Amino acid sequence: MQMPQPNPVILAKKARLVERLTAALGKGGVIAEEIALKAYECDALTAYRCPPMLALLPRTTEEVAAALKICHEMDVPVVPRGSGTSLAGGAMPTADSVILGVSRMAAVLETDFASRVIRVQTGRTNLSVTGAVEGEGFFYAPDPSSQLACAIAGNIAMNSGGAHCLKYGVTTNNLMGVTMVMMDGEIVEIGGAHLDAGGLDLLGLICGSEGQLGVVTEATLRILHKPEGARPVLIGFDSNEVAGACVSDIIKAGILPVAIEFMDRMLIGVCEDYAHAGYPDCEALLIVEVEGSEAEIEHQLGLIHEIAKRHNPVEFRKATSADEAGRIWAGRKAAFSAIGKISDYMCLDGTIPVSQLPYVLKRIGEMSQHYGLAVGNVFHAGDGNMHPLILYDANKPGDLEICEAFGAEVLKLCVEVGGCLTGEHGVGIEKRDLMVDQFGPEDLDMQMAVKDVFDPKWLLNPAKVFPLASSEARRIAAE
Amino acid sequence: MIFTPKTEAELAEIVAGLSAPVRLQGGGTRAVGHSVAQDVLDMSGIRGVVDYEPGALTLVAKAGTPVAEIEALLATEKQRLSFEPMDHRVLLGTQGTPTIGGVVAANVSGPRRISVGACRDFALGVRFVDGMGRAVKNGGRVMKNVTGYDLVKLMAGSWGTLGAMSEVSLKVMPCPETEATLAVSVTDAAAAIGAMSAALGSAYEVTGAAQNGPVYVRIEGFAPSVAYRLDALEALLARFGAVERLDAEASGALWQGLRDVRAFAASAFVTRVSLRPTDMPAFLAAARAGHSFEAQLDWGGGLAWLASDKESLADFAQSYCTAHGGHATRIKGSFEACAFQPEAAGVARLSRGLRQRFDPKGLFNPELMARG
Repeated sequence: MQMPQPNPVILAKKARLVERLTAALGKGGVIAEEIALKAYECDALTAYRCPPMLALLPRTTEEVAAALKICHEMDVPVVPRGSGTSLAGGAMPTADSVILGVSRMAAVLETDFASRVIRVQTGRTNLSVTGAVEGEGFFYAPDPSSQLACAIAGNIAMNSGGAHCLKYGVTTNNLMGVTMVMMDGEIVEIGGAHLDAGGLDLLGLICGSEGQLGVVTEATLRILHKPEGARPVLIGFDSNEVAGACVSDIIKAGILPVAIEFMDRMLIGVCEDYAHAGYPDCEALLIVEVEGSEAEIEHQLGLIHEIAKRHNPVEFRKATSADEAGRIWAGRKAAFSAIGKISDYMCLDGTIPVSQLPYVLKRIGEMSQHYGLAVGNVFHAGDGNMHPLILYDANKPGDLEICEAFGAEVLKLCVEVGGCLTGEHGVGIEKRDLMVDQFGPEDLDMQMAVKDVFDPKWLLNPAKVFPLASSEARRIAAE
Repeated sequence: MIFTPKTEAELAEIVAGLSAPVRLQGGGTRAVGHSVAQDVLDMSGIRGVVDYEPGALTLVAKAGTPVAEIEALLATEKQRLSFEPMDHRVLLGTQGTPTIGGVVAANVSGPRRISVGACRDFALGVRFVDGMGRAVKNGGRVMKNVTGYDLVKLMAGSWGTLGAMSEVSLKVMPCPETEATLAVSVTDAAAAIGAMSAALGSAYEVTGAAQNGPVYVRIEGFAPSVAYRLDALEALLARFGAVERLDAEASGALWQGLRDVRAFAASAFVTRVSLRPTDMPAFLAAARAGHSFEAQLDWGGGLAWLASDKESLADFAQSYCTAHGGHATRIKGSFEACAFQPEAAGVARLSRGLRQRFDPKGLFNPELMARG
C-alpha cells in the first residue's frame, strides 16, 4: 500500500508541536513516547502499520478545537480516531501525522425520551449508547459487529451499518445532529434534536466522510423503543440460487424481517465445527429474524414458512425458545472467530443488487480456484451487502498479495454487476486505489471539491479515500 | 426562455452554454421561494423508469419521471415510496405534474417520515450535471453503500441549486396489508405532544402521529398485527382523552389530507417549522402571543404547519429557530424575504463554499436558499 513520503519539514516541528499542544491539553493529553505510540500504529486492518508522530487525547470539544487550531497553524496532518476498529485502515496514521483520539470523551450529555433522542460525546461506544437508554426500554438501532468496542465517532465517520439495518437503517438514518470542529479550530453545530436540514444537508455529507471534513465531538442520535420480542428461523437450501430466490420472495411478499443473513457451505461447516449450533449439512443457509408480539411473530413466521416451502428447503427450523434462538444465531455470530481460528483471512464488504447473488457467488468460486485460496461467504442478504472471507497464510511470503489481488477482483465484480466497493466498512486506505473502478474523474473531482471546502489545506485524515494520483494536484496546491 | 433537454447529454450541453441563471423545474408544482432567474430549465423531458427490481426494493428513474407513473408501477408489485411524498398542488394552488426529481430536490417527505425516514434516507444514488456542464454520479442502486462521500444526501433537499439532477435511485418498500388510525381528543398542544410521544415511544411501530383537532395515530401492517396494536395503543392513549377508531379506508383518506396539508389551501401564508417535539408547545405559545394562526402538527409534534394571513408569523418563526434551534421555511407567501431558514455564520460559510464549487458561475437559481 503506497503512502505519501513523510514530510521532513513537518517531522522537524515535533518539539515545538509537543510544547504548544502540551500547553493546550496538559501533559496527560499528549502522547509522544515511541513505545506508547505503538498503540496507535494501526486499526483493525492490522496488515498495515505506521506509528504517528504524536497522539492526542483531549477531554472536551474546546480542547479538540485548540489542538486542531495549533495543527492547522503549523500545517500538521491530523488523523481522527474513535476506538480504532476500522477494517479499512480509516484510522491508520502517517509518520508525519498526529492522531486525535476522542476516547476520553464518552459522556451522555442528554436523554429526551419524549422526543426520542440522546446526545453523547462521540468517544462513547455504540453499545453503551443503548446501555444508557435501555432502562427505559429504548435502544440505538445501528449495530455493527464491533459494537462493544467501536465509538460513535467512528460510526459517523464510516456511516456504519449492522445486521439489523434492513429495518432500521444505517448510521446516517439515525444521526440527527453533530457538533463538529473544523480543521482550523472553528466549532460548528449542524442539525440537532429536530428533523432534517433547513438548508443544504451538511449532516448527510459529513456522515460517511471518513473523518476528512472535521472532527465530530458530540452527536444527537435517534433512539427507538425496543420491540416486544424477536425470533429467528433457520432455513437450509441445496443451492445458492434457491436461497437467493427465497430471499427475494420474502421481500416481495411484503414481510420486512429485521435481518436476513446468508451463509454458504464453507461457512456453515466452519461455524458448525466452532459453535456446534446444529446447522444442517447443506449448500446455503438463511437466518431470518422477525420482531413483534408473540402472535405477530408467529404470523410472520407462518408466512415465511409458506414461502420457504415453495423452494423445497432441506430444513426449516423455527426457534421456539430463547435457547433455540441463541443457538441459531450462535454460529453466524461466531463466523469471524470461527474462520480466524482456522486461518488468517481478509474480509471484503462489497454490495451487489440482490438479484446478482447467484452469479456473483459462482464467479467468486471460480476466482477461488484460480487464485488457489479458499473463500467463505456471509451476506446481509436483504440489502445485498456481502462479506466474502478470503483465507490466506500471513506467514507464507506472497500470500497476502495474492489475497489482495483476489479481493480486488471480487470488488471490481461487485461494481460491474451494479453494486459498490464497500457497503459498511468504508474506503480508508484498503479500497482507496479501487475508487477509480467505481467512479470517473468528474465523480471523484466533485467529492474532492467538498474536501476543498471543509479542509482547504487537506490536513485531515491524509492519504485515505481518494487515490493518491487523483488527489495529488490538490495536495500539492494546498502545501 | 425555457430550455427543454430530453437526455442527460443535452442537459450537459445546455448547462455548459448558459450565461445567465436558470430556475430548475420538474412539474412546476412546488414553486417555493423567490427566483432571480429569468430562464427556466425544464427537466420534465428527461423521463422514464430505468430499472426496477422489486425483490431488491430498488428503483432507478430519470428525474423528470412523473411521481404518479412511479407510484403506479410500484403498485403492480404492491410496493410504494414509503416516505410518503406530499403533493403540493392543493396547498399551493399549482398545476402541473409532480416529478420524482422534484421530490428528491426538495427532500419532500410526508407523515411517515417520523417512522421510516425522509426522502433523503431513501435516496440511494443520483446522477447530475454540475455548473460546469459535467455529468457526475454518486451513490448507486444498492441499499448499503459507503463508497466515497455521500453527495446523494447533499443533492436531496438542495432545491436545484447545486446541480441539475438527471437520474435518481430510490429504495422502495412493500405496501402493508392494511392500516387503521386512532383519533384521540386532546385539550391543548402539550397534551397533543404527550399523546404522540407516548405512541411513538411505544413498541407498537406507529407510522404516523399528527394533530389537527384530535391527535391521529396510524398503524400499518398485517391485519392481525394492526388489530393487536390498535388495542394496545388505545389502552395506552386513553389517559389523554376519548379515543375513536378509523378503519383502513377512512385512515387512508385522512392521512392523504394531512400529508398534503389540504386544510390550509385557502391560506395566503403558510410556514413549515421543524423543532424538537418537546419544544413545540413553547414555540406555539410564544407565537400566539403576537400572531393569529392555525396549526397542524405532524411528525409527533416535531413539525408544525402554520397558516396565517400575515407574513410576520414566518419572520417570527425564523427568528425563534435562530435562537432556539430547528428551522422554519416559508412555503406560501410573498417571498420578499428568503424562504429558507438563515444559517449560522460557520454553516453558511460551508454552504456558500459548496455552491461555489458545484456551481461556480452561479447558474442554478442562486439566492433561492440564501441571499447575498
